[in-house]
Amino acid sequence: MLKVPTADEPIIQLRDVHKSFGEAEVLKGISFDVRRGEVVCIIGPSGSGKSTLIRCINALVPVTSGTIRVDGIEVADPKLDKLALRRKVGMVFQQYNLFPHRTALQNVMMAPIHVLGQDKREVEVRARALLAKVRLAGKEAAYPGEMSGGQQQRVAIARSLAMRPKVMLFDEVTAALDPETVKEVLVTIRELAEEGMTCLLVTHEMNFAREVADHVYFTDHGVIVEHGSPETLFSSAVDPRTRQFLSQVL
Amino acid sequence: MDAVPNWFRTLYDTTGFNFTVFYDPYDWDRYVNGLKTTLLLAVTTILASLVIGAVGALLQGGPSRFLRGLVNGFVVVFRNTPPLVQIFFFYFGLGTLLPAAQTADGLRVPILDNVQWAIVSLALFAGAFNVEIFRSGIEAVPRTTIEAAEALGYTRLKAYLYIVLPLALRVCLPALNNNLINLLKTTTLAYAIAVPETLYAVKQIWSESQNVLEMMIVLLATYAVLVGILVWIMHRWERALRIPGYSR
Repeated sequence: MLKVPTADEPIIQLRDVHKSFGEAEVLKGISFDVRRGEVVCIIGPSGSGKSTLIRCINALVPVTSGTIRVDGIEVADPKLDKLALRRKVGMVFQQYNLFPHRTALQNVMMAPIHVLGQDKREVEVRARALLAKVRLAGKEAAYPGEMSGGQQQRVAIARSLAMRPKVMLFDEVTAALDPETVKEVLVTIRELAEEGMTCLLVTHEMNFAREVADHVYFTDHGVIVEHGSPETLFSSAVDPRTRQFLSQVL
Repeated sequence: MDAVPNWFRTLYDTTGFNFTVFYDPYDWDRYVNGLKTTLLLAVTTILASLVIGAVGALLQGGPSRFLRGLVNGFVVVFRNTPPLVQIFFFYFGLGTLLPAAQTADGLRVPILDNVQWAIVSLALFAGAFNVEIFRSGIEAVPRTTIEAAEALGYTRLKAYLYIVLPLALRVCLPALNNNLINLLKTTTLAYAIAVPETLYAVKQIWSESQNVLEMMIVLLATYAVLVGILVWIMHRWERALRIPGYSR
């Protein structure tokens, strides 16, 4: 079922997504939409399935049942064109996962050249601009092992952006960082959001979610317990589980 | 020009140490040709065994159960049997089974000669070890690094070529070193199917000149130098691959 996406149709659409690992059911029927240009945060206690959820969206993890549609692509389709999906969806991980044997610049340039077969010189111009955009001009020749966590994470963001995605997924990208470098990564993400990039974040940074998100989802034990604008969710949550979680983290 | 031959001739006359290879042009030619054959065997089998190891390790971790089984079977067979027996098996066993061409005089010309059979069997022997060596390196590459490549649209093959293999190589290089050194020394087994490599040539020389001890010294020194060169190349490679700031 391939539909031509229209401008106001959600760019990400999940309907009744279930995921089990063996006996353990991690996602128990998740449905939500992300519209173009929106910033959506998913919060919730550890083990509530947040990371699994975000990894289902770019097919790193296959769903057990339900449908996921990303900009007209059916992710659960067995004949899924993974490359087409991953061109649209960029992903940034908690552990940065840079390629340690390549410099910052090469990390950003690799995928467009290897995967998309783009011209090396054209990619290099773009990669340098992206590194400057994440405030890493001058670090082009540094290897990941020579950079701080925050710098590595910004390289990872630039690496993802080099593929010109339509959506960016952030999986607890500040959770492994020192407190003082968290801010520089959040600033980068905020700028992306302000430029109109569609962002879906799993995060523990409640202040960031409150300031930047258009919509916040609270998940627990594989279900969406409650959702709403950050103002309503953070100040007047209805469900006791949400209230308890927020009282612990805020 | 003649200083070296003259010196060894004088050495023989005064002490009885007979290094024919250094003053008799005929023996020198045989020795040099033997050395060339050894180098041919070493370079071709090292390169072929590296390819076998890399491809084997890729298939061993692949989705096809059939190919995984095939690679595992190959490794078991070639690791669990003596390399000399493998050479005999290929040359005397398989070699005679394969169809052969004939010359105008009716002489049998096999498809592969003894040098080529030696290369094939030695490459497979060392390749089996290389599969396991590469696997050990691949297993040290974090799953999350591969996931990042997947998320960027890399196929399994491209991720293997550009990310997994380069990282795995750095981990398994010391073990690879050992196996390639062993392979270089194992090329002497080609002697058994009359491949005119260094051992064969030197053996011919000492049979004719009755100078076993002297030629033994030459032979041992030759391999010590050859392995020394290989070790030097591998260490340079190791240094070239070193990643700044990368520790495990």
